[in-house]
Amino acid sequence: MGRTLLIVVVALALIVVGRIVAPVKLGTITLAAEVVGRPGGFPLTNTIIAGWLSTLVVLFLFWRGTTGQQLVPRGIQNFAEYVAEFVLGLCESVAGVQRGRQFFPLVATIFLFVITSNWMGLLPGYNSIVVRESPAAAEPATPAKPEAAKPAGTAATAPATAEVEEIPLFRAASTDLNTTLAIALTSVIATQIVGLRALGGNYISKFINFRGPIDFYVGILELIAELAKIISFTFRLFGNVFAGEVLLAVIVFLIPWGAALPFYGLELFVGFIQAFVFAILTLVFMTLATTAHEHGDDAHAHQASHH
Amino acid sequence: MTDAGVRLLAAALAIGLGAIGPGLGIGMLGAKAMEALGRNPEAEPAVRGNLILAIAFAEAIAIYALVVALIIKFVA
Repeated sequence: MGRTLLIVVVALALIVVGRIVAPVKLGTITLAAEVVGRPGGFPLTNTIIAGWLSTLVVLFLFWRGTTGQQLVPRGIQNFAEYVAEFVLGLCESVAGVQRGRQFFPLVATIFLFVITSNWMGLLPGYNSIVVRESPAAAEPATPAKPEAAKPAGTAATAPATAEVEEIPLFRAASTDLNTTLAIALTSVIATQIVGLRALGGNYISKFINFRGPIDFYVGILELIAELAKIISFTFRLFGNVFAGEVLLAVIVFLIPWGAALPFYGLELFVGFIQAFVFAILTLVFMTLATTAHEHGDDAHAHQASHH
Repeated sequence: MTDAGVRLLAAALAIGLGAIGPGLGIGMLGAKAMEALGRNPEAEPAVRGNLILAIAFAEAIAIYALVVALIIKFVA
């Protein structure tokens, strides 16, 4: 009882003292990625920069890991082999050895890119290194931004940012819907290609068939489920990472000192889990797409033998 | 109530109510997985993989609610 009281008192003291000594203003939370510059008319957003940066990090790690390979791995090579073996073991345990090795490149790429961009989004510098931009220059670039920023931002910061806009130079790649949609489309389209190559006409008959009214209806449902995959892939990753960033911003705003630390641990965990889920769902969907669909007499005979 | 106020309330209700079902579902999944682990600790890798997969499917329902909430707030 006494300890609980002490913790409450210390926490309250931290909130009060921290807010007086080191006040942090809650930045504007925008859904859309901010445009940092437009070289050649291309709107270069901060999430694009972060995405390329994490791609470079992955490329560098695995380039270093695969040059000058030794029989007994050391250092980066050891790390790269550990990661590759972890994902390969996952693929082979879910899809079997042959198909697992076929699916491995895409699954591993998704896993590595997502986990790298998620974890790099937690580095200091992300969201804190800002470029200042006058609103006149930013206005034509992002027409929807003032409208989106106004309800999300606090009333206190609105007049202050009206003159000079601070735009973070880096922002975790997965906090942009475009990034996650691109990965989701890659995953779902690759699933269709893999399924078509493995099953041919049987794969199409999963969705469109005239074996009977119920089978036809189930096929339509399967078709909708394929489209729903894109939505859930996209928003699962986006929602988790974006919510994490908002959570960290709000915690730092509420308690500037120390309180954000356990939440960084949580975000590290969430970043790993989301990368893992994205990769393993891709793997499972691909496995399902390449597994022959039992239908007609086969399925009934199969069920009959069970019961 | 103003138009913007109603929209905020609608967005909050959409994600708040939409999170109840998946929350219960994930809780039940976790409870059953713990139970399975208690009965058969050697099955830990299989249980963990399937648990994460099942949670991802339960979570998808909450994601649809999130999409609706975001549409209400930013698009509609």
